[in-house]
This record gives sequence, structure tokens and C-alpha cells, in this order.
Amino acid sequence: MVELICINCPMGCMLTVEFEDGVVGTVKGNTCKRGEKYAQKELTNPTRIVTSTVKVENGKVPVVSVKTKNDIPKGKIFECVEALKNVVVNAPVNIGDVVLANAANTGVDIVATNNVVNV
Amino acid sequence: MKYDIVIVGGGPAGLAAAVSARDNGVESILILERDKELGGILNQCIHNGFGLHTFKEELTGPEYAARYIKEVQNRNIEYKLNTMVIDINQNKVITAMNQEEGLFQIEAKAIVLAMGCRERSRGALNIPGYRPAGIFSAGTAQRLVNMEGYLPGREVVILGSGDIGLIMARRMTFEGAKVKVVAELMPYSGGLKRNIVQCLDDYGIPLKLAHTVVSIKGKERLESITLAQVDEKLKPIPGTEEEYTCDTLLLSVGLIPENELSENMGVEISRVTSGPIVNESLETNIEGVFACGNVLHVHDLVDFVSGEASSAGKNAAMYIQNKYNEKSENAILLQGENGVRYTVPATIDPKRMDDTQVVRFRVGQVYTDSFLSVYFDDERVSHKKKRVMAPGEMEEVKLTKAQLMDKPDLKKITIKIEEA
Repeated sequence: MVELICINCPMGCMLTVEFEDGVVGTVKGNTCKRGEKYAQKELTNPTRIVTSTVKVENGKVPVVSVKTKNDIPKGKIFECVEALKNVVVNAPVNIGDVVLANAANTGVDIVATNNVVNV
Repeated sequence: MKYDIVIVGGGPAGLAAAVSARDNGVESILILERDKELGGILNQCIHNGFGLHTFKEELTGPEYAARYIKEVQNRNIEYKLNTMVIDINQNKVITAMNQEEGLFQIEAKAIVLAMGCRERSRGALNIPGYRPAGIFSAGTAQRLVNMEGYLPGREVVILGSGDIGLIMARRMTFEGAKVKVVAELMPYSGGLKRNIVQCLDDYGIPLKLAHTVVSIKGKERLESITLAQVDEKLKPIPGTEEEYTCDTLLLSVGLIPENELSENMGVEISRVTSGPIVNESLETNIEGVFACGNVLHVHDLVDFVSGEASSAGKNAAMYIQNKYNEKSENAILLQGENGVRYTVPATIDPKRMDDTQVVRFRVGQVYTDSFLSVYFDDERVSHKKKRVMAPGEMEEVKLTKAQLMDKPDLKKITIKIEEA
């Protein structure tokens, strides 16, 4: 038995998971389907969505918030953050614009999560 | 200037209230926002986890805000930015100012209070020591990093385990700072469990419960802080002091609803929540003045803020249109007891309530394997086992109109925790 806290949403359900020889069994304590999926993933291939900011040029604000479009392996978080270090985008920026494709070879793009108008 | 509904605050609560008021038939609506853009605090909450309840997908703060801003703009709802409300009187006359129009007054038929909350500051904690640069509230640091592109420091200690502090522990780590420790005065965390997992545990940042800052060193810039363990009376235990060198101390020690305007106009404030005391319609003691979001009570989830604010907007619309059912003579009193610190709403009028009424509250300490019970006067009507209830996580019970209409003599509903 493994105890986990589901991090999919702020409910933070306490999961009790049957886990033996690398195989995930029954999941209890979840309030929605995501809990089951989370337990499966967290115990076999933990992933996270990474959020940060990048510099904006010619924009009304100096930085724009970004995220990995999908979750990436936990072990790749810092490579992703590192890869964003020198990224500069030009305003205007729209939500969903790709600011960095295939970040740290994860196959996942990093996209803008806010709109920035240009000056 | 005259409007049917004026909404004070253009954050998540104000936006949702405006959309809902319009959808319920009110044309004349004005949102007043003091910042340079709509969206409120969501704009600096760039992390994900918003919207799972409202949009069934996981969004970041700015994305969640953008959805509501679009709804407001699609409906051509009027708003004024960079506009500070300085007074509201009992007759619902609002005094506000901005650079273009100077000082002006607006007459409103109904008002929705949606001003949100602010952070508790160092001054409220009485931490001894010097007052060097480098001590920030977690939210200030969040704004500096996420919106203005500055890094407040490189070696960080965080006092308080509120959600913003936890989120900032991870954020500062991403930006190359070393977060040495998060200290929490209470024996339990003030933030959501998921944030402990994904912001501290993921990065090996230690959380020291029952610890506080007892000394601050550094004259110009912060040089170090000293942590000590506290006893059950929250007094530092001599001999447990540990010094941490750091250039930055972030405080995440609680949020306080921002109700100066409400109090000035005579709105009754709860001493527990620091927010207005409201009935089932989220209406304050002043008729036609409603409250929602963090100005009412501090929420954990913006999704719940939006839901609450939609109700407030709808109710304000019904008030304007005289669509309310006649008031019952005596509303049913709602009361928290034995660990349930407060309830929102504080009263329910069965004639006016929706088919289902959500009652929200927080508990005063951590309870494990306890029962959450609802009493109608002396009769226990519900008794549910909960594995964990904690002050950092808002709880709720649902009451139905049918349930309450069934009991015409009901005077008081009590929600309490019963230990197994």
C-alpha cells in the first residue's frame, strides 16, 4: 500500500494505492477519475506541468507567463526551466503562442499563458 | 453617473458577478477596478491548477482570468480601470477617482462588493530584530517575479505555509534561488496538501512545523534569520534556535478580506472571517449590497469564487428587478460549533434560497477520521465521516430547499465536528 496526495486539483484527495512489484492496483480515496490516473502515473512515470515567465520585447509589460502545453517527466523540469532562460519573445503575444518548441527534447511545447499587447 | 449594479473590484469575483448579472437581465452594470487591467490577483498566479471545476480543464491564473475577461467584453459590460473607490455610503452612492475623471460619484441601485483580500504583514507578527531590505510578503515577491521580471533575492527563507508561500518556494527555485526552509508556526500547514507535494517535496525543500522566526539580522540588507521551535502555547523553546543565512524572507502568514469600504458604509463584519455577514443571497445587512469572493471569506479555489460570485450577480439582478420572493419572517440561523469556525452564509431564508444551498466553512484545527454533522435544531440530520479536515482547506455542506421547507418551525442549523 502506498499513500499519495493527488495533485491534479486543489482538492488534494488522499489516495491509498495498491502497489506491488511496480504494478499499480486498486486506487481508493479519489473523488474523480483523475485520481486513478494520477496514482498510475505518479508511481510509474511522474510528470508535472511547468510554469514560468519569459522576457518580452516591445510589450506593454516586461515578462509574459508561460507553461508546458502538457505535463513533462519530473526529471526534465530543470532542463525545461534552463531552456527558457534566454528565450525572448516579441510583443504582441497571445495565449497559446509557442514560445519554445519541443522543450528539452520532451516533445512538449512551451506556450504563452497571457496576452501582451505591443507598445 | 447612475448604474443599476456597480461592482467594486475587477478580479475573479467581480468578473463572474458582472457576467451573471448581465445574463440575468441587467443592462446597466459598471465594474470599478483599481489596477491597470482586469483579472485581479490571477494575473500574478502563473501556476496551473485553476479551472478544473469551472472549465473542466487545467488552466493557469492568467488564462482563467482571460476567459472571464472575454465573457465581460463579449457582453459589452462597462468597466473603469485605474479607478480607486474611496467611499461608499449607506444610500449606495460611490465616491471614486481616477486620472481622467478626477473625483466623481456614482449612484447605484445595487452594489456587489468584490474587493478581495490582502496579505497579513510583518507588522502584524511582531518579529523582533532589524528592519532591513529583503523582507517581502509572498504575494509581493510573486508580483515582482511573475509580472515585473525581478528576482527579489537568492537565498530565501519562507515564514508561513500559506499557499502563496508554497507556490513561491517553487517559483524562486525555478529562478535559481535557493529556498532553504519553510517554517510554519502551527503544528499543521496553512496551505493545500497538493502544494506541499508539488512545491516543497518535489524540490526537497524542508517544511518545519511548529517553528517561527525569533530574530532578524542585517542592517541594510537581510543577512540571516533565526528559527526556533515553539511549544503548544506557540512560545519559542529556548535552546532550539537555528540560524539561517539568507538575503530574503518571504512572509506567507495569512490573508485578510479588505473591508474598509464595507465597514465605512455600515456593513456588519464577522469577527471570524473579517468579511461581511451575509444571508443565503450573499446579501449583507444593507439591502441591495452583496458580497462575494475573498472579500467575503478567503477561498482556496478560484473556481468556488466564480461560483459564489455568479450567485451574487444573479441575486443583485433579482433585487433590481424585484424578482425576490417575499422574505420569511424569521430566517434560519446557521451556526458553526465544535471546530467549525464560521459558516457562509450566516442565515438562510427557505423561501428565497435556491433549490440547493452550499454552506462553506473552515475548521479550527486538523481533524482525522472525524464526523461532520448537521443538526436541525436538536435533531441530527447528517453525519458524514471525513478522513481529514484541516484549516487550510475549505469545507462545505449542501442543504436543499425541500429539506428546509419540510421544517417550517426550524430555527437553527448547526454544523459541527464530532470526533469518533
